[in-house]
Amino acid sequence: MVVDKLSETELDRLFQAFADSTRRDIVRRVTVGEYSVSGLAALYAMSFAAVQKHVAVLERASLVTKEKRGREQIVRGNHDGLQKARGLLDEYEQIWRQRAARMADILAEG
Amino acid sequence: MTVISTDKNPEALSLTLVAEFDAGVERVWQLFEDPRQLERWWGPPTYPATFYKHEFVPGGKASYYMTGPEGDKAHGWWEFTRIEAPRQLEFNDGFADNEGNPTGEFGISHATVTLEPAGERTRMTILSTFESEEQLEQVMAMGMEEGLREAVGQMDGILAEHANA
Repeated sequence: MVVDKLSETELDRLFQAFADSTRRDIVRRVTVGEYSVSGLAALYAMSFAAVQKHVAVLERASLVTKEKRGREQIVRGNHDGLQKARGLLDEYEQIWRQRAARMADILAEG
Repeated sequence: MTVISTDKNPEALSLTLVAEFDAGVERVWQLFEDPRQLERWWGPPTYPATFYKHEFVPGGKASYYMTGPEGDKAHGWWEFTRIEAPRQLEFNDGFADNEGNPTGEFGISHATVTLEPAGERTRMTILSTFESEEQLEQVMAMGMEEGLREAVGQMDGILAEHANA
């Protein structure tokens, strides 16, 4: 389980990173393709500075990387960071294990 | 409930989970057939699912959303590609926009559910296959959060037990 592989600080940062719906959306987007910070800012009803702050939180949690390209700052999913945070199929297995447990609870009601 | 086995195939991006339940095949089938029962187990308590459309016939569509801790909604759709009550169910699962229309983003996953009698119990085999690693990561972006929350919830429970002991 992911909790075993992460330090308290890393876990705190991940919690913080995923506790916000905009940040979750940014992670989802930059995992599939790169975005500039201004490109991301255009997607949300908030200021460039606010989006930049969200990106910084994600960067600290090692979920994204930021790189200067000309006048743009390019944001990408941090594959290693994501990989470490997830163990993708392990987590997916947990989701289904939890579903099966909830199914059993409903069946136990009769 | 007993999870008998799980098998993960990273190359095929698939997961197989086998579980047994203390109930008959017909009863377990209802957990998929009845949307009110389905939404009680599809999403975790922190991300409960609401199925507002559930056409449980071959070729039929289902629409649902999962509501996050801040009231944010993640929409999804199913298409039932095979229904042979009460033994076999197959469906595609993908992301949708706020109106429930498939976004086409991240591809689709395919689930095959097989129910078989095992004495008095029912054996359920779930095979879930993803089209791309990106799509699996997308699911995990939500799943990880719920996984962490549940893990912490369990830790709280264990701590509380120890505190009372």
